[in-house]
Order: sequence, then structure tokens, then C-alpha cells
Amino acid sequence: MKATVVIGVIGADCHAVGNRILDHVFREAGFDVVNIGVLSSQEDFIAAAIETGAKAMLVSSLYGHGEIDCRGLREKCQEAGLSDIVLYVGGNLVVGKHDFPEVEARFLEMGFDRVFSPETPLDVAVRNLHEDLGLVV
Amino acid sequence: MEAILCIDFGSTYTKLTAIDLQGEQILGTSKGLTTVEDGIMVGFEKALASLTALIGPVEFTEKLACSSAAGGLKMVAVGLVPELTAEAAKRAALGAGARVLGVYSYELTKSDLAEIKAVEPDLLLLAGGTDGGNRDCILHNARMIAEHVPGVPVVVAGNKNARDDIEAVFDQQGIYYKLVPNVMPRLNELQVEPAREAIRGIFMEKIVEAKGLAQVEELVGGILMPTPAAVLAAAQVLSDGTDRSVGIGPLIVVDIGGATTDIHSIGSGEPTKPSVVWKGLQEPHAKRTVEGDLGMRVSAVSLWETAGTRRIAKHLPDFQGSVEARCRTLQDEVSFVADTPESVAFDEALAKTAVEIAMERHCGVVESVYTPMGLFLSQTGKDLSECKTVIGTGGVLVHSANASELVGAGFYTEDNPTCLKPLAPHVLIDRSYMLSAMGLLAERDPELALRLMKKYLIQSAEVRHGA
Repeated sequence: MKATVVIGVIGADCHAVGNRILDHVFREAGFDVVNIGVLSSQEDFIAAAIETGAKAMLVSSLYGHGEIDCRGLREKCQEAGLSDIVLYVGGNLVVGKHDFPEVEARFLEMGFDRVFSPETPLDVAVRNLHEDLGLVV
Repeated sequence: MEAILCIDFGSTYTKLTAIDLQGEQILGTSKGLTTVEDGIMVGFEKALASLTALIGPVEFTEKLACSSAAGGLKMVAVGLVPELTAEAAKRAALGAGARVLGVYSYELTKSDLAEIKAVEPDLLLLAGGTDGGNRDCILHNARMIAEHVPGVPVVVAGNKNARDDIEAVFDQQGIYYKLVPNVMPRLNELQVEPAREAIRGIFMEKIVEAKGLAQVEELVGGILMPTPAAVLAAAQVLSDGTDRSVGIGPLIVVDIGGATTDIHSIGSGEPTKPSVVWKGLQEPHAKRTVEGDLGMRVSAVSLWETAGTRRIAKHLPDFQGSVEARCRTLQDEVSFVADTPESVAFDEALAKTAVEIAMERHCGVVESVYTPMGLFLSQTGKDLSECKTVIGTGGVLVHSANASELVGAGFYTEDNPTCLKPLAPHVLIDRSYMLSAMGLLAERDPELALRLMKKYLIQSAEVRHGA
């Protein structure tokens, strides 16, 4: 059976195009994609993951407020019984110019398993997800 | 003449509608006081006697019936996440004409089951998990139900990957159940029709008998559905039309009763304005909401508690007494019929308040979201702003001289600009109590039901309201 992943754009962010591309790419890569769309709250991600039995949440944020929107997501997942879920985040996560390693460290600290810069080729993210879910391609 | 009789066995009255099939007209209607204690046939006989007095003796070729007697169809819905499959299960049950006594989410506990047992539901709807999604929760709940409430029939409408295991559990425990496709096969996508059909099937097979209505079955050859389901069926035929004829398009039915206020809406409810993003659960095309705290008699006090004195008094500029005390009196005297200008005015104020609040809860809401990219609008629920027809039914409306004003309390107002209530619909009043009868007739002859509704309801068109 295909692994289910929840994707969406978090917070008051309505960048829909990147989200569509991710949907397409991960579907092509053999995942069962549950796309909750733009303007999604942490609770929307969690509710979707519970109902669909998802193995991973791929959170996008492009408007620079990712840090505020993502804080506490790992803890809420634990509360919701999703302790083992794989959490990814990617996009323009903070406002202004920052070194990516610094941004990455901050999101890893928040409980994300992987953090992607806007330059990351999507096939890298796909490969990572296969690895992290123990899937053989 | 070929005539059929449509019967609505209600909790207080049995209502009859005689229809001349060839002449395409309603021959007459009547009602008789029913109590389950006296036997439901007593009310029927009384109503039939007054119908015969009205239209003379008629040989009916068929008798069709719906019923809300003996508490109607009482259900409990079980899902996983409250806003998702639990909500989907609730909507399926409401659309099947049920009174939903409880909605449960996540894994059922023993105290949940004690509560469920205490309310004595006629039927359980078990959902949870999208297809291919979570299966542990629904399986746990199936086991708990089999162990703790084994006598209650169950409609299973959850994750298809859990079905085989649920079947094994229920077969082993001798549970009466029906398996139907998932109410939410994919996230936020609703599929309530199969569950509604199964609920209706079990209602006809099992529940009618359990409520002591078996004697009626012999006479009418079966009670086809709960009354609210018949009203929704009529609304759907009138709105959508049939295979051959077009309907009148999206519409809303407002039904104000003694205990509840029901709102039915037929239509997609998609955003009518550009650049509005729709969020959350998909809406059922035929949607019914039931407000148990908004009613004219049994729920008069809870209506006052919900609305508050000022909101009711707004419709009663000259009223001197205590709104609360008056509501308490009405709740104690459930069979009271308003007969003075003052008591009528009070009833109408209650009705307006009930419609206003029930429509607020039924219709969708549009919210502005300020984002770094500017203002965005997100819609949750149905946009009914462009809906062109609202039909009023229920005692207080049918007998009121100001019926369209009462229904009008449910229209869009600038006080509450985010609520997507209808802006400028026509008001039709179900003066001949025909809706439930037409839902029954639509089972046999949807064309005729549609023509009769167009003929009788459109005649009742009153005023054009609007902003």
C-alpha cells in the first residue's frame, strides 16, 4: 500500500502554486498525497493526518512567518497520538536574509525531521522521504 | 378517479393528504391528535373521518406513510476527528431524518458507551478514517459497540480497509449491521448518500416495528421514511427537478416546530464571489440542520436561554411582561394555541428569533484573512446568498398572517455581514402542509410530485424580500 503524506501551506499564507507542484511531484513519486491546501492551521494538518493515517507531514511556508506558524506543531502531534510522524518543513521560512544553517538549526530544534531551503531540488526531498519512511524505491 | 393517501404519523398529529393522481390536485388534507399510548391508529382514524367529511368517501389505490411518532428516528453518530468523520457521520444521520442524540469522536470509552446506552438510540452510525487511512479507531469502536450495546443496529460507513475486520467482529457477536461506502472516502470529501439509504432501510425493516408501528404497516404497506427525510426528499425534487423536468434551483426550507427548528438547503453552496477560498469539509448537496434548542413550545426556554431577552424583545416593541416567564409558561403548556393578538405577537417574535439563529447556524461564514499578500476571503460552509427561494413550513408559519415576515428574519442583514444568508429570495409558504406528502409521492412519481409542488407552492408566493 502507498504511504500517505499530508501536504499544505501553513498559517495565513496563500501561496498555492508551490503547493500544487509538491502535490504533483510526491504523487508521481508514488505517495498517496492528501493536500489540505493553503491557509491551513496546525490543527488542520493534525486532523488530516489522524483521519488518513498519514506517515509524514510536509509543511510549506513561503511568506516568511514560518517560525511563528510552526512553533508547537511537534508537541501538538505528540498530544494527538502522532509521535512517530515524520515532519518536514520547507520554503522561505523566515523574513530577511539569514544563513540557511542557522534557520535549519532553529526548525530542527522545534522538532522537524528535515528542513528544506527554497533552493532544494525536489528530487532530494523525495529521496529523503523514501529513506525516512524506510521505503524501497 | 385514482387517488392516493399520504400519511404523516407525527408525534402529536397524524396528517393526511389525499391526492387525485389523474386530476393532479390535492383533494384535501386533515389531521387528528395522535398519542402512542392510545395506539397510533386512533389519530389516523380521527384524521380519516374528518378527511371523509371534507371530500366524501374515496377509495385509495395506495397509502404511503412517513413517521416521526414515538420520538422519530433516534441516532448516535461515531467518528474519529470531531471536525471530520464525526461531523460527516452527523450530517449523514441528519440527512436521513434522524434526531441525533450524540456525536462521539476518537476511541469510545466505557463512559461514552454508558451514555449511548442511556439515551437508547434506535440506530448507530459508525464512521472513522478515510479509505486507506486510520483503521485502529473504528475497529476499537466496533469492538466496544459489539460488547456494550449489542442490541442496537449499526450502519458502518468508515475506512474500507477496516471493513473485513469489523464484519468479523459483528458477525461473531451477532450484531445487526449494514456496511456501506465511507462517509468520507477522502479528506474533506463527503459521500453521505449510501449511509442515508442504509439508515432508511433499517428504519423500514427494524425500527418501525420496534416503535409499535407494525399495526400501521399492515394498513399502509410500509412506513417509507422518517418525516424529516420526506421533507428533504420533496425539497430535493423541487430544487433539482427530475429526469424529464427542470426544478426551480437552489432553495431553503425553514421548518419551525415545537421542539426544534429544522433548516434544509438544496444546492452546492459554492462561493458566489470571486477570490474566495473554500475551507473545511465539503457540504452535502441536500443538507439538513436541526436546532434542538430552538422551538416554540418544548424548547421555548432554551430558545430564550440561547437568544437572550433583548434579541427576542427586539421583535416585540410593545411587550410589557417578562420574556422569560412567558417562555416558561409556553414550555409548560405545549398544546397552547395562540389566540389573542398579544399571544400571537409573542409567538411570532419567538419564531423570528428561532429562524434568525437557525439560519445563522446553517449558512456558511466568510472570513477575511489579512496576509502579507493582502486581504483574502475564506469561506466555511454553504454560501446561500444567491438562493432565490425560501419555503416556510410548520404550524406557526402556516397559520400566520405574517408568514413571509417570519421567514424573512432569516435573511441576510448588515448586522451580521459575514454570514452567507440569502439576500433577496422569494418566500413560499407550505399552506397545505404538502411537503412531507410530496416527499412520499416522489418515491412513486417524482414528475407528479414536482408538478404539484410547482402548482401549489408557487401559488403561495408572497412577497419579494430583500436587501
